[in-house]
Amino acid sequence: MTITPAVAIAGIVMVALTFYVLFAGADFGGGVWDFLASGPRKKDQRDVISHALAPIWEANHVWLILVIVLLFMCFPTVFSTIVIVLHIPLTLMLFGIVLRGSAFIFRSYGSTRDAAQQWWGRVFAIASIVTPVFIGMCVGAIAKGIAWGSYPASFGNPTHLPFVSDFILPWLTWFGFGVGLMALALFSYLAAVYLTVETEGTPLQEDFRTRALWAAAAVFVIAFGVLALSWSAAPMVRRALMGGSWALPFHIVTGIAAVIAIAALWTRRYRLARAAAAAQVTFILWGWAAAQYPFLLPPSLTIEGAAAPMRTLVLALWALAAGACVLFPSLYYLFRIFKMQKRT
Amino acid sequence: MPDILAARSQMGMSLAFHIIFAVIGIGLPALMVIAEYRWRRTGDAVYLELAKRWSRGAAILFAVGAVSGTVLSFELGLLWPEFMKQAGPIIGMPFSLEGFAFFTEAIFLGIYLYGWDRISARAHVIAGIVVAVSGAVSGIFVVIANAWMNTPRGFTLVDGRFTNIDPLAAMMTPAAFPQTLHMTLAAYAATGFAVAGIHAAMLLRDPKNAFHRHAFAIAILVGAPAALIQPLSGDISARYVAAQQPVKLASMEGDFVTMRGAPLRIGGIPNEDEGRTNYSIEIPKGLSFLATHDVNAEIKGLNDFPRDVWPPVAIVHIAFQVMVALGSFMALVSLLVLVMLWRKRDVTSMRWLMTAIVLAAPMGFICIEAGWTVTEVGRQPWVIYGILRTADAVTPMPGLIVPFLAFTTLYIFLGVIVVWLLYKQVMRSPSERDLLSMQAGTA
Ligand code: HDD
Ligand code: HEM
Ligand code: HEM
Repeated sequence: MTITPAVAIAGIVMVALTFYVLFAGADFGGGVWDFLASGPRKKDQRDVISHALAPIWEANHVWLILVIVLLFMCFPTVFSTIVIVLHIPLTLMLFGIVLRGSAFIFRSYGSTRDAAQQWWGRVFAIASIVTPVFIGMCVGAIAKGIAWGSYPASFGNPTHLPFVSDFILPWLTWFGFGVGLMALALFSYLAAVYLTVETEGTPLQEDFRTRALWAAAAVFVIAFGVLALSWSAAPMVRRALMGGSWALPFHIVTGIAAVIAIAALWTRRYRLARAAAAAQVTFILWGWAAAQYPFLLPPSLTIEGAAAPMRTLVLALWALAAGACVLFPSLYYLFRIFKMQKRT
Repeated sequence: MPDILAARSQMGMSLAFHIIFAVIGIGLPALMVIAEYRWRRTGDAVYLELAKRWSRGAAILFAVGAVSGTVLSFELGLLWPEFMKQAGPIIGMPFSLEGFAFFTEAIFLGIYLYGWDRISARAHVIAGIVVAVSGAVSGIFVVIANAWMNTPRGFTLVDGRFTNIDPLAAMMTPAAFPQTLHMTLAAYAATGFAVAGIHAAMLLRDPKNAFHRHAFAIAILVGAPAALIQPLSGDISARYVAAQQPVKLASMEGDFVTMRGAPLRIGGIPNEDEGRTNYSIEIPKGLSFLATHDVNAEIKGLNDFPRDVWPPVAIVHIAFQVMVALGSFMALVSLLVLVMLWRKRDVTSMRWLMTAIVLAAPMGFICIEAGWTVTEVGRQPWVIYGILRTADAVTPMPGLIVPFLAFTTLYIFLGVIVVWLLYKQVMRSPSERDLLSMQAGTA
């Protein structure tokens, strides 16, 4: 594999997606635990989730926008195929994003009447559960491979289309649903592990520890389910994950990260657990990416084949380099203020 | 409803919704920081209360701005995949720079809103300034992308395909400067007047209230200068439109017949079939002068162009008239306010002027919606002016009326709630006693 500008940008898209999952994913997971809050400390659980999210969720969410922008700038055919074929799940996902973000803020700043707050809390929690499933379904559809064949190269509005086979079947599959559940489980897992660190020294820590362990178990079960479903649904990804030359080492590092995370949770070493869980999720994402390589969008669009003209790619890299110089120090500052200082 | 119409309506509706929050996202941080800065300088706790209330408002408005903006980034593709496929590599540049501006804005907004007790006073004010600046910068980048749709540059067209593309040249497109200037000023004018108008209304009832006096003073000082120069900036815009998009100019003016020394039409209703604009007041040679600064210049009328490149003339003309009429009123009010301030008069005691400011409160936002209608509807039938027709860019996905209605319902619902929350959170005015105890608290 040679690192051309197109490959570099595809890599950056994956990095942005990884950050989205690690940060914004955990914000969705927070909503899941809000929904499942229970026991004597139910209200405290919700409060700590809300405090953890408030200062960072908007920034976390911008990673998704970066992914989208890079796709349409640098891989325009990939972008246009995805937005055509996955119109329905993407729209549903957007609905979820809108409802979740606004419900969260309406709850925090809204009326102090309990009934209204509870109502917004519900909307926030349910949208946090539904949205990751649609995100996962889109990812599943991409891994399985989508194409827009009947869309003519020279444009014109095609009139009669077989609606179901073009716009529903590509994403509404058991495999897609499995990946959706996988996303939900991973997000919840990350959130629970992060929250153990956030609740250092309070009884809530035990609550989130239990939740993290359950979520880890769910991830494990669903991962096998998805692998089994990929047998017929996404043969390319499955073949690579089972037989590729890098497959074995990859499974080993992912496995090691998972074992460390669980062991650290078990022995209550939460900071280690947090690092290991993040590593585990990162490996899973990059495993998917590697399994697809050199395809950005199977079955036909490769990274090089779908890339925009060289000048655009080079400028995009410059813009990314300049942006990174602003972004990373700012992000570090944000997280230092809200995540590294002890709660007052 | 045909799919193309549903797609256009959904795009227009989403943008019309987002722009309100985006504009406040540019203007309100400026007000908030000025209030905080005043508090740090004077120690007057009323300013602190103001900064805190405004930032509570900002938190709500930014969240809705962020989610509706996310919807837009997807909608560009969901509704116009062919447009994005072709234009993405050319105008992706301002969008990606905008992405980093969003990051900066969202990060420092988090720091500003939740960091009152966690960072130093100085760092807090700086965080607020960063929010204000990056908000303006994100607006500028996205408007550059839109400017390219009006005056596409930076490529060679071979068989209807873009080749030899140069994203930097695309950003230097002739519409970029007029549009970004006009839009940025619009954001300050609209936010400044809206906030000033609300507090002016309160002051008419309760003239001594220090909270409203402070708020009013800050807001009008942001809004009035911007609104005062807005007609000049609008003139720059009009001249670029005259040079680059003669069909749009003719529609704005309701001008069907080409002539030298064309009159400026005020008001009136264009009738496309009769080919004339009825009931308007005409100022001789006015249009030739305004569009080119030469009273005898020739202005092309719509009849010189084939009907299939006309935009919906009446909509464009009426929207333009609304913007200019309300914009002129705002500029006049601003002029009076600034003259009074310069002569050291107490504006808040002039009931007639205060009433005019209350009237002007919604006008900036109306101008913005009207102005964008001029720009976007006036560009029809093109999505990329002269190159790609909107009808050829739309997604093949059928049934687009469903997402259009769904998003419309969702946005109406959100809009109602936001207004209700702001009303409860930000506008409930503190009583005289609250204010005294506030001031006593820090003194
Ligand atoms: C507070 C808001 C506001 C005010 C007071 C005005 N405008 Fe405006 N106008 C806008 C807000 C706006 C806008 C919404 O921001 C637009 C849409 C696109 C753009 O760049 O700015 C716009 C567009 C726009 C255009 C079209 C540019 C294009 O198609 O690209 C012209 C010719 C003018 N304006 C001219 C004027 C004039 C002569 C005004 C005199 C009073 C005026 N505007 C006041
Ligand atoms: C926020 C202020 C804006 C408003 C209120 C606005 C309004 C509108 C409206 C009303 C339409 C429908 C026009 C019609 O079909 O008759 C439209 C179309 C469109 N706008 Fe804008 N617009 C705004 C800014 C932008 C920006 C910044 C961009 C791109 C960078 C953009 C891109 C588009 C596209 C792609 C379409 C669809 C194609 C078309 O109808 O030409 N708009 N907009
Ligand atoms: C096609 C058009 C547009 C797209 C795709 C778009 C996209 C977005 C996105 C994704 C966000 C959220 C950023 C975040 O998560 O913090 C956003 C917010 C914002 N947009 Fe837009 N936008 C468009 C039009 C405009 C226009 C015309 C302006 C103004 C001039 C504007 C100014 C802003 C500002 C200032 C914010 C941040 C403030 C806020 O969050 O309320 N946008 N936009």
